[in-house]
Amino acid sequence: MLKIRIIPSLLLKEGRCVKGIRFTSFRDTGNPVTAARIYDAQGADELLFIDILASKENRKTLFDIVSRTAEECFMPLCVGGGIKDTDDIRKLLLAGADKISINTAAIENPKFINKAAEIFGNQCIVVSIDVKKSGAGQHSVIGSDSEYEVFSHCGTKPTGLDPVQWAKQVVEQGAGEILLTSIDQEGTRTGYDLDLLKAVADAVEVPVIASGGVGSLQDFVDGIKKGHASAVSAGSIFHFTDQSIIKARTYLAEAGINVRSRELR
Amino acid sequence: MVSTESNGKIKMIGIIDYGMGNLRSVAKALELLGADVTVTADLSELSTAEKLVLPGVGAFGDGMKNLHSLGLVDFLGTEVLTNKKPLIGICLGMQLLAKEGFERGHHTGLGWIDASVRKFDFSGHHGGNANQVLKVPHVGWNDVKFTDGEQNLNSIFNGLKDGVSFYFVHSYHMICQDKSDVAAICNYGYDFTAAVHRDNIFGTQFHPEKSQDAGLKVLENYINLKI
Repeated sequence: MLKIRIIPSLLLKEGRCVKGIRFTSFRDTGNPVTAARIYDAQGADELLFIDILASKENRKTLFDIVSRTAEECFMPLCVGGGIKDTDDIRKLLLAGADKISINTAAIENPKFINKAAEIFGNQCIVVSIDVKKSGAGQHSVIGSDSEYEVFSHCGTKPTGLDPVQWAKQVVEQGAGEILLTSIDQEGTRTGYDLDLLKAVADAVEVPVIASGGVGSLQDFVDGIKKGHASAVSAGSIFHFTDQSIIKARTYLAEAGINVRSRELR
Repeated sequence: MVSTESNGKIKMIGIIDYGMGNLRSVAKALELLGADVTVTADLSELSTAEKLVLPGVGAFGDGMKNLHSLGLVDFLGTEVLTNKKPLIGICLGMQLLAKEGFERGHHTGLGWIDASVRKFDFSGHHGGNANQVLKVPHVGWNDVKFTDGEQNLNSIFNGLKDGVSFYFVHSYHMICQDKSDVAAICNYGYDFTAAVHRDNIFGTQFHPEKSQDAGLKVLENYINLKI
C-alpha cells in the first residue's frame, strides 16, 4: 500500500538554511547539505528545498546545493523557488532534483505548467500554492465566515484567486502534485489549517502535500486523517524542537497511519 | 561492497544517455557502490560496457523517439538480445522494454518484453480508503512483493525482505502478457508490475537510485550479477 510521506522542508537563502514565521523574520538554521544528510540518515521520505531569495544571481548556489545533496542522499528531492522557465527546470533536474516546484511563475503564466509538464512529465511538476485568510479576496467556497486567497511572490502579493479553484486549474494544466502552504499557520507551530487542506485535497485527483504550522506530531496525524493530505511537510518542528523524523514515523504508525518501515531484511 | 573480477577490475557500467531525465543520481549511486561508470550515448563506448542501464523520466513517445534518433534501438537490440549483455531499465526505461505504450498516443516500444504500458485506471476497482479517490500519479514509497519464483541467484532482490518499500513516481504502468517476466508486484488500487526479469533483461518501475538503502541494495545486486 502507498505510504504517507514525511517531508522535511528546508528553506534556503544565500546557501544557508533559514526558517521564519508567516514568511518573515528568517533566522539561519544551518548548512543545507548537512541537514539533508541528517534527514536522509533518519529516513525522511523526501526532501523539499525552497530557495526563498530566488534571484538569478543566486541560481548557481542553488544548483550547487542540489548537486551536492544528490551526490550523497539517494532519496527524492523536490526543489523550488523562483523557477521561471524550462531552462531552470532542466538544469535543476540535471543537478539531481526529481521534482520541481513552481509558484509565482504558474500564477503569472498558467500555460507554463502545461509546457513544463509536456516536456518533463507531469509527475515532475509540483505547483506550490501559498494561501492567506484575507478580507480583500474573493469569497471562497470553504467557510462562510472566512475568506481564503492565494498569494504570490513569497506571500507578499494578493492574487484574487480562490485556492480551491486555482488548485483545480493547475491540475487541469498538468500539475502532478500540489504543495499547499497556509501562510497564516506557517512557523507558528499551532497546526495545519485543516479546513483549507481538506477543501483542496478533496477537490483534486493529484496528491496534496500539507505545509505550514506543524508544532506537534499529532498535527501530522490530523493533516492526514482530517486534512486528507497524501504527504506531510514541516520545517520548524524539526529545526526548533526535539522532534525528529524517527519520532514522527513511530507516532504516525501508532496512530494507524501507513508509513514506510525501514527494515530491509 | 562490490565484488571484483579475478583480475581486480571493477565492472564497467554504461548508463545510456538518451536525453531523458536525471542520470546523475544513478551514476553517483553506482559509483558509491564501487562500479566504474560511464554516462554516454556513444555506441562504441557503450559496447565496451559489461552491463547497461537504461534510466528515464518522461513520456514513452519521447523516449522512443530519442532512442531512434540516436541509433540506439538497433544497437541495443544487438547488444542485449544477441550478445546477451545485461541491461536494467529504470522507470521509463523499464516501460520502454514493452511492445507498446499508450501515453499520449500509441507508440511502439523496444518489444523485448511482451507487455503494454497503460495509465492507472481505477474504474471498477476499490482503492484504499473507501472515502478517498486514489490519486494519479502514484507518488511515494510503496511495498513490493517478489514473484521471481525459483530460488533465483540472479535476482536483483537478493538480501531484501519481501514487502520492502521503494520510491515510485509514475502515472503509467506495465502489463505483462507472460507472468513469468514479472519479478515483483506492487499494489495501488490493484496489483501492477513493479519489476521485470527475463534472462539478461531487468527492469524496475521504482527508482532504486532514490530509494535509499533498499534501492542501493538493488543496484549493488545488479553490479554483482554473474550472467
